Amino acid sequence: MDGYTYSELGAILAMQGFAGISLFSVLLLMALGLAIIFGQMGVINMAHGEFMAVGAYTTYFLSYLTETYFPAFMPYYFIFAIVVAFIVAGILGYFAEFILIRHLYARPLDTLLATWGLSLIMQQSFRSMFGAREVSPTLPEWLMGAYQPTEMIDIPINGMFVLGLTAVVTLGVFYLMFKSSWGLRVRATTQNRVMSGAVGINTKKVDRYTFALGCGIAGIAGAAFTTIASTGPTTGSLYIVDTFMVVVFGGAASLFGTIASAFSIAQAQSIMEFFMSGSMAKVYTLFALVLILMFRPEGLFASKVRR
Amino acid sequence: MSDLESNRSLDQTATNTGNRHLIKRRSLLKTLCALPAGILLATHMSFAVADVNTTGLAVTDKDVTVGILHSLTGTMAISETGAQEAEKLAIKQINEMGGILGRQIKIIQEDGASDWPTFAEKSKKLLVQDKVAAVFGAWTSASRKAVLPVFEKENGLLYYPTFYEGLEQSKNVIYTGQEATQQILDGLNWVAKEKKAKTFYLIGSDYIWPRTSMKIARKHIENVLGGKVVGEEYKPLGNTQFGSVINKIRLKKPDVIYAAVVGGSNVAWFKQLKAAGINSKKQTLLTISVTEDEVLGIGGENLEGFYSIMKYFQSQDNPNNIAFVKAFKEMWGDDSVIGDVTQAAYLGPWLWKAAVEKAGSFDVDKVVAASEEGDIELTTAPEGYVKLHPNHHLWSKARVGKWNKDGQATVVYTSDLLEPDPFPAGYQ
Repeated sequence: MDGYTYSELGAILAMQGFAGISLFSVLLLMALGLAIIFGQMGVINMAHGEFMAVGAYTTYFLSYLTETYFPAFMPYYFIFAIVVAFIVAGILGYFAEFILIRHLYARPLDTLLATWGLSLIMQQSFRSMFGAREVSPTLPEWLMGAYQPTEMIDIPINGMFVLGLTAVVTLGVFYLMFKSSWGLRVRATTQNRVMSGAVGINTKKVDRYTFALGCGIAGIAGAAFTTIASTGPTTGSLYIVDTFMVVVFGGAASLFGTIASAFSIAQAQSIMEFFMSGSMAKVYTLFALVLILMFRPEGLFASKVRR
Repeated sequence: MSDLESNRSLDQTATNTGNRHLIKRRSLLKTLCALPAGILLATHMSFAVADVNTTGLAVTDKDVTVGILHSLTGTMAISETGAQEAEKLAIKQINEMGGILGRQIKIIQEDGASDWPTFAEKSKKLLVQDKVAAVFGAWTSASRKAVLPVFEKENGLLYYPTFYEGLEQSKNVIYTGQEATQQILDGLNWVAKEKKAKTFYLIGSDYIWPRTSMKIARKHIENVLGGKVVGEEYKPLGNTQFGSVINKIRLKKPDVIYAAVVGGSNVAWFKQLKAAGINSKKQTLLTISVTEDEVLGIGGENLEGFYSIMKYFQSQDNPNNIAFVKAFKEMWGDDSVIGDVTQAAYLGPWLWKAAVEKAGSFDVDKVVAASEEGDIELTTAPEGYVKLHPNHHLWSKARVGKWNKDGQATVVYTSDLLEPDPFPAGYQ
């Protein structure tokens, strides 16, 4: 590393550190919704990526409306769009559970197939509604560009934004799950469905709202990712593999596990990527995952659930 | 019965001629025989089916059937939509001019569905069942490689529109896009001269086209330009995280970033570059994978000031292109944009028309022989002027475009007419 000053190396180190944290927040935001649905309900939601795409398309649609009808509102619409994305994806999730998923709770493998079918239907609907081409919403100026604490350090503002959003959503989920009475009902249902029903918890309603919440969070993730990448009909399928990786590695029923797993995968990936090629870094990351899962099939954090 | 026989004899010629020299000599002989016949027919101005179609293709007194084979669904539909729209526009215009040899062109369209085995299956259907006289289609190299054996076995004729990695030349394919050297070399020369570039950072998606292109670029940079490649990086298809790579680039401080990232990754790459504070004021970036189509997704504001090397840009202001853009928008809507491959796809039906009229026949062997004489030219091409080389590729010019905020490029450099060289010596 000759030819570089210490301040230069320090700047690169700081930016590389941020790249790792930024990847961590992206992975966590993607996985949270899935972890809730998979962890609490045992449903493998293959359409998770498509619910993210719903959020992204909602953002695109709102950016189009704002640009056309209220151009003055442009700098602020994005925050509003995230809320709308949550609501739209949540409502869709609510109906998906009502129409499709609830009939299949006794057959976990069939939910896999059914949600995969749902993902195909959703992909083709996006294609019919928004066209086959990839789209990007027009983002407010303040979201693009870089924050420069010193001459040499550029920290992407969209990365900081996603990081902040992930923190807010994660805290919100933890509050809901562990501090609210609704969360108590969810956890009770997860631990013992029959008993929960017997003490008067409407487990069907709990299931429906849990699924809707998971899908709504996917919608938030989709909206946030429009700052990073584009949106196409098949965008969702790009994210689904990484998402499952995080959830399975973390231990299916543990939200802490999901956070720990997102963090370790992101750091491993971004540190290795700095020293070798991107494809090789991915290979080594996946290889390490497979090895660890061979010795700890239940993932990083084993759940203590009575079956 | 006659159909069966002719098919069988065709199969034999196809299998017998593994040797390239033999093909050349034979097609030369055929051309020599075909030429006077063509002239004779032309003077009579009557083209009986029996004369123009001896191999049982779907040709009647009134019409001739061709196939269009692109992905209308799946991940490649994004890119292939424009290509099939351009082909339909060209066919419509040819029909309005009276068709080919007095026959209107009918289209059978099939969907390759972004799936390579489906491409092979559909091309077989078009050739064997529909007996189409020519097929305009395929987009990715993977889909071309999948249909190639089918076209060679059934002796079909494919017009392939995409700029690609080269290293291929089939009797049954006419390549209307640039092969790798035509696209890459002049662009690198330009950036070395204009921007005094000495160090290059290569980055691409991880599959055959970027890797082959980068191999050629690296040889040219090191052996011809005397420059240095300070980094070479490939990211998996669909990857959307470029934070670490961008930091590596920052550390190496290259004069030029040379990029061949494709698909959804492309958008993520440029958005994150901008977010990381790397813009055209600080950094020269030259890409071989961004056309007007991609800009729609990336957003002009994220690309402003960066450069693309292509052979065509929608903003070219020659009269051919102005008419073409107008006709395209009339047919497909004012919002449509036209990228390099869309324009190359538009050339396909016109090149086929020229070759068929020259051969005076729809027979694939005769059309190929006419194409291989190397004198078929299109003076009406939107990109300006192209000529078909005996090696089945086009003579064309390379252009460097500088992207503007509105998603259009300003052409800042145009090369001489470049000879296609699909098997470049010293670059493999």
